[in-house]
Amino acid sequence: MKLILEKGAEGRHVSLLGNSQVPAVQLRAAKRAKAPALPQVSETEISRHYSALARRCHGVNDGFYPLGSCTMKYNPAINEEVAALEGFTGVHPLQPAYTVQGSLEALALMEKKLCAITGMDAFTFQPAAGAHGEFTGLLLIKAYHQARGEAAQRTKIIVPDSAHGTNPASATMAGYTVVNIPSAPDGCVDLEALRAAVGPDTAGLMLTNPNTVGLFDKNILEITRIVHEAGGLAYYDGANLNAVMGIVRPGDMGFDVIHLNLHKTFSTPHGGGGPGAGPVGCKQLLAQFLPGGRPVLQQSGSYDLEADQASIGSVRAFHGNFLVVMKALCYVMMLGRQGIPEAARNAVLNANYMRVKLQDLYQMAYPGTCMHEFVMSLQPLKDQCGVSAMDIAKGLLDHGIHPPTMYFPLIVHEALMVEPTETETKETLDEAVEVLRGLYEKALQDPEYLHACPHNTPIGRPDEVKAARHPLLRWTREENA
Amino acid sequence: MGTFVPGTGSEQLLMLHESGYADWDALFADVPAQVRLADGALDLPDGLSEMEAAAAMRALADKNHRFAHIFRGAGAYRHYIPAIVGRVTRKENFLTSYTPYQAEISQGILQSIFEYQSMICELTGMDVSNASVYDGAAATAEAAAMCTERKRNKVYLSQTLPPQVIQTVQTYCFGSNTPVQLVPEKDGVTDLDALKDLLDDTAACVIMAQPNYYGQIEDAAAIGKLAHEAGAKLVMNCNPISLGLLATPAECGADVAVGEGQPLGMPLAWGGPYLGYMAATTAMMRKLPGRIVGETTDNAGNRAFVLTLQAREQHIRREKAKSNVCSNEALCALTAGVYLSAVGPDGLAQIAQRCCDNAHYLASQLEKAGLKLAFSNEFFHEFVTECPDAVAVLDALAEQDILGGLPLDEHRILWCATECNTKEEMDQVAQIAKEVCGQ
Repeated sequence: MKLILEKGAEGRHVSLLGNSQVPAVQLRAAKRAKAPALPQVSETEISRHYSALARRCHGVNDGFYPLGSCTMKYNPAINEEVAALEGFTGVHPLQPAYTVQGSLEALALMEKKLCAITGMDAFTFQPAAGAHGEFTGLLLIKAYHQARGEAAQRTKIIVPDSAHGTNPASATMAGYTVVNIPSAPDGCVDLEALRAAVGPDTAGLMLTNPNTVGLFDKNILEITRIVHEAGGLAYYDGANLNAVMGIVRPGDMGFDVIHLNLHKTFSTPHGGGGPGAGPVGCKQLLAQFLPGGRPVLQQSGSYDLEADQASIGSVRAFHGNFLVVMKALCYVMMLGRQGIPEAARNAVLNANYMRVKLQDLYQMAYPGTCMHEFVMSLQPLKDQCGVSAMDIAKGLLDHGIHPPTMYFPLIVHEALMVEPTETETKETLDEAVEVLRGLYEKALQDPEYLHACPHNTPIGRPDEVKAARHPLLRWTREENA
Repeated sequence: MGTFVPGTGSEQLLMLHESGYADWDALFADVPAQVRLADGALDLPDGLSEMEAAAAMRALADKNHRFAHIFRGAGAYRHYIPAIVGRVTRKENFLTSYTPYQAEISQGILQSIFEYQSMICELTGMDVSNASVYDGAAATAEAAAMCTERKRNKVYLSQTLPPQVIQTVQTYCFGSNTPVQLVPEKDGVTDLDALKDLLDDTAACVIMAQPNYYGQIEDAAAIGKLAHEAGAKLVMNCNPISLGLLATPAECGADVAVGEGQPLGMPLAWGGPYLGYMAATTAMMRKLPGRIVGETTDNAGNRAFVLTLQAREQHIRREKAKSNVCSNEALCALTAGVYLSAVGPDGLAQIAQRCCDNAHYLASQLEKAGLKLAFSNEFFHEFVTECPDAVAVLDALAEQDILGGLPLDEHRILWCATECNTKEEMDQVAQIAKEVCGQ
């Protein structure tokens, strides 16, 4: 398909500006030598171009999207309507506090709700994504040790080998050395390995629970106790909170600091890769270090923004991805006391329902009850007939199902990680089970068919090696090429 | 209570039993009993219906005041947003998809990002762009990290950068233990003599804004020359609208160009979601953080787009990655792509010129009203005035539903005008300022 930059013709445009009412100014400063080669297109062409692109996308609205670790639940329509309210979209981030009382009250309200769900004492909404939240949370840990005069000594962050890649990357950005600890055979934290790893140089531990293999680590209280006894802090990666919200709180498990992915757990759409929101919550001992101005209720009854003297500063400008937070607030308001745990229960139920219906064919990486997602290893199938996790994933594309997360976590060979979420019907799950079982049978009979999948998508398998070896990262107008 | 769980109570129980569980507790047997929340113990109000939640959210939105007239910028700008922009970005397929891991069913998102990258390269004159990061401040901090090496790790920040950018870079540098040197301002622009004196052989990069926080147009080429002579890189944080008119970062010698993309079709929205754009020279390509889309072919030779150069990224390099970015602002990048398609090259130049014309008209009217311009250099669409009582002027404007410029201190105001401001509005602002200043 042509790029929009390859469409149109010289001089085509959309009429936007009226005539100027003021004198024209000629700047003396250096001007650009030539105009940028932006599209010159009519509104019709723009409309049709992007409609064509939209048809070449698969969203949650198109079909089942069991992408493990990403919590692709349905994105309620009402979220979009409330985020489009002009009272939210039309206000400047540097307006005086008395003119943005609604924004301030909304953040304060959301902070209260998230504290109730997580067992934390305070939140910042500045981080724009999960990884951004991780980095922020680690800086809180760093500031804490610094305030206690132990920053020079506590230089290590412990991360299990099953962790998301962002965990070790965030730790490095925060100036820490990463200590990877192997998982126990059951996929959970190896307590002996943890005990051996902690010491006076431990700044903290990063963990998801449920973990990345979809299991709730039942030793969690012992884990956080070990870290605390060594003088470290416990960081909770909230990527998997959907399984346990309203059931158990990270704060009660012994975690000190946490990030949430509002674009996972709290139903805001992913937008093809963002914008998300990664608010960071913490226990009181870290609250003074939170970044950005935070809404505080004054004696007068109105809100003002305040930043603590000890704050780490800012991890981005202004108040975070505010409209995303408003979508999530609407969602939490709707679900409330009963709806939050109901969502978690059904997320776990749907995953186990699929797991049980697949486990006689597909090898489960870890047997037994899973939380909101389960990990299958396609290694036996690959050994038997050469069909890989990638092939099965591509086979799913022909059935209108977004494949599970592939080849993660790294500790499982030929991994497919399935997260159905709570917003899918039994019929959808039954259909997906049928498709997955069918693909397995097909793989055994006709492996070549699976190697050649997908057959019904806008393009076939792309040449990723070529893309990386000969990077073509932009369009260039021919006369410039 | 509201719910998005489709299964009825009896369906849920049926599935529970079919899965081999006697009750809900059995599903959560691994959660230690002493920390399990009892039924109904979650400290939240009862859930609301959609209609109730919509009303509650509207009540909050109504507690904000939207000014009818806006003359405030300082890092967030009100521009006209063509109607086609919202029409496109509300499409559910774009809105509800994840990062395009499965290229075969994600060509729409991937192509839109490739187009965005191309347009950012065209705007900045740089060779390559990434798929975006969180905002302009975070983009600047990521650019600093691109430039630091073991022996050259000091980051020079011009004090004419927006304060929110300075603070963000400082916070990132607190994390990475990177030394930061602030470069003083002189008459509203970066002090070149001071910069020359401060640069040493540990300099990794010099970071500046164009136009700067005060709206002033910097001599970017001269700053770049000083940086390069000292062996450091030049990072330019540019307002993308100004690039319709001003010399590109590439023409000024920048190694990395970054900025806040919000002016390209995004509403003010109390600060977010915004868009951090990042572009670099080919030499710096593999240091760019986050997602990058590349063009390739599929197994039948058809044009195809994929996420590429992933060997840079956290999911491959883990603790050895230079950045942890994965989620970015893809939908905002799409927004910018549609915006730039709608305005086109001529439209962008006209908008830039109109912003500049309006700001200069406003400045001249305020001068006539008795306010003084704080700086003598050329400005783009923002400028700083001095008057005896800045707050009094701004309060008087607010009474007429006008959001005046940003007060920098007791006397100084940072004003902004865009193509949205009319001559009548600007005359009214000047009239009110004149009444307050008593001249």
